[in-house]
Amino acid sequence: MARMTMIEAIRDAHDVSMSRDEKVVVFGQDVGYFGGVFRCTKGLQQKYGMQRCFDTPINESGIVGTAVGMAAYGLRPCVEIQFADYMYPAYDQLVSEAARLRYRSNGDFIAPLTVRMPTGGGIFGGQTHSQSPEALFAHVSGLKTVIPSNPYDAKGLLIASIEDNDPVIFLEPKRLYNGPFDGHHDAAVTPWSKHELGEVPEGHYTVPLGKAAIRRPGADVTILAYGTMVHVALAAVEETGVDGEVIDLRSIVPLDLDTITESVAKTGRCVIVHEATRTCGFGAELAALVAHHCFYSLEAAIVRVTGYDTPYPHAQEWDYFPGPKRVGAALTQVMEAS
Amino acid sequence: MTRNKVFQLHVPEPQCRPGDTPDFSAFDVPKAGEVDRPAVDVDAEDIRHLAYEIVRVTDDEGEAVGPWAPDLTEEEALKGLRDMMTVRSLDARMLIAQRQGKTSFYMQSLGEEAISCAFQAALSPGDMNFPTYRQQGLLVTAGYPIEDMMNQVYSNSADPLEGRQMPVMYSAKDNSYFSISGNLGTQFVQCVGWAMASAIAGDTKIAAGWIGDGATAESDFHSAMVFASTFRPPVILNIVNNQWAISTFQGIARGKAATFASRGLGFGIPAIRVDGNDFLAVHAVAKWAAERAHLGHGATLIEHVTYRAGPHSTSDDPAGYRPKTEAADWPLGDPIKRMKAYLIARGIWTEERHAQAQAEIDSEVLAAQKRAESRGTLHDGPHPSSKGMFDDVFEELPAHLIRQRQEAGI
Repeated sequence: MARMTMIEAIRDAHDVSMSRDEKVVVFGQDVGYFGGVFRCTKGLQQKYGMQRCFDTPINESGIVGTAVGMAAYGLRPCVEIQFADYMYPAYDQLVSEAARLRYRSNGDFIAPLTVRMPTGGGIFGGQTHSQSPEALFAHVSGLKTVIPSNPYDAKGLLIASIEDNDPVIFLEPKRLYNGPFDGHHDAAVTPWSKHELGEVPEGHYTVPLGKAAIRRPGADVTILAYGTMVHVALAAVEETGVDGEVIDLRSIVPLDLDTITESVAKTGRCVIVHEATRTCGFGAELAALVAHHCFYSLEAAIVRVTGYDTPYPHAQEWDYFPGPKRVGAALTQVMEAS
Repeated sequence: MTRNKVFQLHVPEPQCRPGDTPDFSAFDVPKAGEVDRPAVDVDAEDIRHLAYEIVRVTDDEGEAVGPWAPDLTEEEALKGLRDMMTVRSLDARMLIAQRQGKTSFYMQSLGEEAISCAFQAALSPGDMNFPTYRQQGLLVTAGYPIEDMMNQVYSNSADPLEGRQMPVMYSAKDNSYFSISGNLGTQFVQCVGWAMASAIAGDTKIAAGWIGDGATAESDFHSAMVFASTFRPPVILNIVNNQWAISTFQGIARGKAATFASRGLGFGIPAIRVDGNDFLAVHAVAKWAAERAHLGHGATLIEHVTYRAGPHSTSDDPAGYRPKTEAADWPLGDPIKRMKAYLIARGIWTEERHAQAQAEIDSEVLAAQKRAESRGTLHDGPHPSSKGMFDDVFEELPAHLIRQRQEAGI
């Protein structure tokens, strides 16, 4: 067992997948010779050759569109969009093509491809390097959407995504690449080497899509989160002393509704946290599901803590980011409600 | 000092609108046999002229002339005619069926039959087309049962696609036919990806992409061209220029470009214009491009110059935007008539045999239609079970879709 950053874990997942299955190919902007701007594909071209790991033109629709064609041929492409903010030119290929190919052809053709993209803010990336577009994928029938919160999950979920026979969107919270960032931007970040989920087994293992993890059991309030917000929620629980149960969803499609409803039935309260904008964010879906399935258990209104419905600002990043203070205030609010 | 011009937007207009006399005098029809046939390993730069001229083989007397005249066996040539006649007969029956309310929608390939039928005849088993909705000739030529095409058009109980797709959005992997999307241009870049996969896998199969003149304006056309140029996969990229994108004439998508084919030159991709109503010319150019791909020289861009003789679809009426008789005046003629003339000139066909073949084909198509209708029509059913509506969204039915299916009570 080795301690790894999330970047190293993602690179390892590629390595394991490429060594086990020669149909796995990896490409995107800067991913070949250089190994990716975040270095998640470093060394793969050197190890597996240019036929299986290569640079592409700056053309997201081309990256995903060719991946759909390759997947239809029988390969298993795992491609990188350099930032989730850049995926919009590929959206037609994802929504109208990858997501629907199995359905529209009645299984004649399938699209087993994985599209990785760094997501979320916290790196002063402004409005074009900070977005969290997960709800745009979750809204599309036929796409799976995965968001890991730690190196162990990142490796296991990415291998599971590559092995999945349906298209998977794999959103990597870039603020977590090097450590479990908890929203305290002015404090030093603990590296993954000091975190138990930085322990990454060697070789092949998977973390199944659609299975949430309870990161901290608690009795008083259920906190639903994924990606960076898992660590923010844990910090908020610690700092408020509220006995919160922190659920890391890991994938939002498929969604582990059972773990959510069991928890809310027990706690009677629910706070939903995500970095994406609020209106029609995935928190709206979660709130509706919790209200529908747990209505008679609820002792307080469901509260969402999210990014605001504005573009992601640059200088004002930390007022926009839903940090532990805002999450803590929501926890206090639901505990005070009778 | 020059005075600044007050601007006015340039909006291209076709030469003729309803009420005008069709006029193709500006359309330069080169004589058959005049265009040279280069070696397949040629550089795009050395055949720039082929992106502007038109490869034509069958002349006005039905003779196959010039360096592109293909070496078709009697059997191959007769099959070509028969395939085109089958497509036209199928289209005619389905058009009537739609008018009778037996299905919601249909798209003919009237006047464009040579392109898909001749092209498919140049491919090998295992190659893959990424077609648009107007290449039904690929399927007919590949031997896909027309009864199954009708089952799909009717969304009936035997529909291979379980009623999930609009009419004509076929999918037939075993017959070299990728699933039709309906979103324009998306398949062009997927086709390049499929060909890249063939190269990555060390395979020998080639891919063929299809796009209309109008959809070349989509950004996916550019994506396909840049990836094809960069990675040189074994691919043939076909533009079917049938002059009309619904009501929009081809000048709207073409802009200032002299031809659609010339767009290949900027990418270093050899580009050839071909008479799309000339079965022999299309077949020869397709063979050339396929050989080029098979020998590892990469992509070819082909512009098939033709005319959409029918409406865009059953939801369209061209009388609202073009002269009614324009199709009849199209200078490249009708592909079936021209192939028939060629076969007669070659001495392997007669008017009598043609009339007999027409009757046979019509009767086969009608028999297929009866069999298909015995499995239902969109109007009368039976249809595929609605239970299947939830299948194949994913490989396995996830919990939320199980709940929604229960909610639907099916």
